[in-house]
Amino acid sequence: MEEELKEQIKKLQYKIEALSTKVSVLESSRKDQLSIAIVSGDLDKIIAAMVISIAAAAMDTKVKLFFSFWALSALRAKDKKGKGKDFISKMFGIMLPKGKDSLALSKMNMCGMGPMMIKYLMKKQNVFSLDQMFEEAGVLGIEIVVCEMSMDLMGFKKEEMIDYPHLSYAGAATFVCDANESSMQLFI
Amino acid sequence: MMTIEELKNVEVAKSVDARGTACPGPLLEAKKAIGTIKSGDIMEILSADEGTKSDIPKWCGKQGHEYLGAVDENGYFKVYMKKK
Repeated sequence: MEEELKEQIKKLQYKIEALSTKVSVLESSRKDQLSIAIVSGDLDKIIAAMVISIAAAAMDTKVKLFFSFWALSALRAKDKKGKGKDFISKMFGIMLPKGKDSLALSKMNMCGMGPMMIKYLMKKQNVFSLDQMFEEAGVLGIEIVVCEMSMDLMGFKKEEMIDYPHLSYAGAATFVCDANESSMQLFI
Repeated sequence: MMTIEELKNVEVAKSVDARGTACPGPLLEAKKAIGTIKSGDIMEILSADEGTKSDIPKWCGKQGHEYLGAVDENGYFKVYMKKK
């Protein structure tokens, strides 16, 4: 009887050890982290990305944003200029929105009336402006990674990007590695 | 969770007036304020933003705080929680 009990206890101990190992592997493979790849340069999509990011950061979730392609327009500073651009890059620079204040809506843009209305409504209903959202994001430690490849494609230069406390430049592999560890991954 | 009567009479360590902000404002205000109170203290958040009614309980669930309930007022509401 005693021998049987000892055997059972031993088996249970092995099981508990195996489970503990599994749990610690699972815990470390999915961090409390949100990764968002933001490719759209639409005002509504950028606002959505920022609101979700801030809400996550407010809950102490680590947030890593990867800005690529059209989203890079949102990171251009109005008062800065990039030097040494070739013809195509200059064209891109002129044709694409110069900063977050010039972004268009994905629907109902109405030649610029749409964004004006949305911004007016946001102010009226006490929603943070996009500028305030970026500021808050900086305070909360939300990381913004700029996709170097698409930045070079668009001909944007580092010196024309906004000042942001947690801005860095990287490639897709960085995003994929970070996203792999995140418990939430989004594509906007 | 506490009843409306209990919530109206509860001793509040910190009151956060987030009625001037919309999502994610109230949650941010709550997060900033939670650091100023002690464990076991009760905090009330005033908000006019409907989303707050579900945001705060979810945040409490995630961080381990105790969500106590909400009281509707005229044009806004108060949400109560206890710091873990």
